[in-house]
Amino acid sequence: MQNNENRLSDLPDESGHFGPYGGVFVAETLMEPLDELRLAYEKYLKDPQFVAELDADLQHYVGRPSPIYHAERLSRELGGAQIYLKREDLNHTGAHKVNNTIGQALLAKRMGKTRIIAETGAGQHGVASATVAARLGLECVVYMGEVDVARQEANVYRMRLLGAEVRSVSSGSKTLKDALNEAMRDWVTHVDDTFYIIGTVAGPHPYPAMVRDFQAVIGRESREQIQRMTGRLPDALIACVGGGSNAIGLFYPFIEDTSVAIYGVEAAGDGLDTGRHAAPLCAGTPGVLHGNRTYLMEDRDGQIIETHSVSAGLDYPGVGPEHAWLKDSGRANYVAVTDDEALEAFHRLTRTEGIIPALESSHAIAWAAKMAPQMDKDQIILINLSGRGDKDMHTVAAREGLKI
Amino acid sequence: MSRIAGVFAALRDQGRRALIPFVTAGDPNPDATVPMMHALVEAGADIIELGVPFSDPMADGPVIQRASERALAHQVSLYDVIEMVRRFRVDNITTPVVLMGYLNPLEVMGYEAFAEQASAAGVDGVLTVDIPPEEGEAFVPAMKAKGIDPIFLIAPTSHRARIERITGAASGFVYYVSLKGVTGAANLSLDSVREKIVEIRECTDLPVGVGFGIKDAAMAAAMAAFADAVVVGSALVSCIEANVDRPERAMAEIKALLTEMRAAMDAG
Repeated sequence: MQNNENRLSDLPDESGHFGPYGGVFVAETLMEPLDELRLAYEKYLKDPQFVAELDADLQHYVGRPSPIYHAERLSRELGGAQIYLKREDLNHTGAHKVNNTIGQALLAKRMGKTRIIAETGAGQHGVASATVAARLGLECVVYMGEVDVARQEANVYRMRLLGAEVRSVSSGSKTLKDALNEAMRDWVTHVDDTFYIIGTVAGPHPYPAMVRDFQAVIGRESREQIQRMTGRLPDALIACVGGGSNAIGLFYPFIEDTSVAIYGVEAAGDGLDTGRHAAPLCAGTPGVLHGNRTYLMEDRDGQIIETHSVSAGLDYPGVGPEHAWLKDSGRANYVAVTDDEALEAFHRLTRTEGIIPALESSHAIAWAAKMAPQMDKDQIILINLSGRGDKDMHTVAAREGLKI
Repeated sequence: MSRIAGVFAALRDQGRRALIPFVTAGDPNPDATVPMMHALVEAGADIIELGVPFSDPMADGPVIQRASERALAHQVSLYDVIEMVRRFRVDNITTPVVLMGYLNPLEVMGYEAFAEQASAAGVDGVLTVDIPPEEGEAFVPAMKAKGIDPIFLIAPTSHRARIERITGAASGFVYYVSLKGVTGAANLSLDSVREKIVEIRECTDLPVGVGFGIKDAAMAAAMAAFADAVVVGSALVSCIEANVDRPERAMAEIKALLTEMRAAMDAG
């Protein structure tokens, strides 16, 4: 490993850096609130009462632990490695996002904040935030790009049902990155009473570390479950990467297990060579956006460019800084699959296993479909099935020329 | 002495405060900017803040966001902005120019390359709102090596230790953000600004500018009573936005507003 001073799993350093990535690149007004958040987080993470409350919520409200499932028909069809799925799709609200929103909302309560804000792309993080806000009786405002509001009507309605106010963002490209900009502007204006629940492992320190720690329950459970089921560690982990929260949640507890290969799958959209994709790790360059240094989709002037993916949850021009460093250090491999490959995997899992995956998670399945046939039948691939596909019915049907 | 320090020293001798207008480079089109800069000087600007357009201006309110979008519609890059300063310098070698924007265009160009080109073109200072001094280990020395003043923000939330750290890294002047919010907001409290500026002055001899939310002559004059410089941005950019197809009219409105501010500040 390139980093001699720290084990990779000891990162970030005190100032929030993963190698050259991460850090705190925000306007001065947010420096003090971020420091307060860091101190509160460090304190409550060690507070047995907080941890017990979080664990109880994860068990009774979210439904954890989520099972691991041996996808035998899929494995047989692919004719190689045995494929196991970590079933985050079975969580309350249908995806891994809620692991993090529960944690941050409990922290918001402890810090005396009465109002939470969130950004959302596909709406999954927005729904997960609105859900915990409803449960804890907190005011909730969700920022969502105008384009996403139009294409994710059902989730907008869900959030409103849950009592959240959804604010449509019409600046810039009117998508997730602009929603994040607007949430930051809200936070800077209402910093005294407001807690900003960031949905992924990006943003300024301590968010990448904090969101990772809340999501790492995925990998901790998986590591124990897979050993119980198969008697050993998997040969490879696969997860899709947009901002990268479900991926880091699975990867992190395995980082020091060097026998376990790690694959993060980005959205190649129409193809990496078309420029119409959302794969900053595979085809981007380092820069600074949304509070951290990381790989970005940017032009040669440093302007952020629009991304494209069939999956709204992967449609983001940046990626968590820890992934940037896992890439550079060589510990993890980052690859990409196209919209078409993801859709094929979506149908394949649905028909072989009776599990309809989210389009995001379908990217991970698609990579497994490439990898598994090259592996032996006694080898093991563990995939994070980060969410279920109910939300994607319209998108998939529309690609097939149907309107439902 | 740098151009910025020179301006503040001269104003101090005259008992006056600096008026610093902000416009976004390339708004509403690239040809408008250099003539606008000269017009700002004619109307009483002591220093010019020139916004570098960015796709994701997180610290800006809607007025300056839209200015960035108008400039980016013409693909105005950091290189173009530096070139505009070079052209401005053909006819003006006295008015300091501070580039204000976000870090990423500078990251991509490279700090050293930026400092060298900007300095050669006649840029005097740079204010990147999303780089606090904590992340400035490479940035600050690269700017200072080429005689560019790194200007930092101080906010209502900055406590004493942070103010000391910021003033330790900054040169030229420091920029006090008068409110919790984005540029052009409307929740400014004069008393809290005054208190904070007293605290900043206990930490540094650098001039203190105030900006965010200063819209008219009365507010500018009130700020000038205790700050060394008053920055006005959104109010001017609104004039440009209202007259996108009428550059002379935009310039006339801006000159009128600045002249009024100048008079009010000098009378106070």
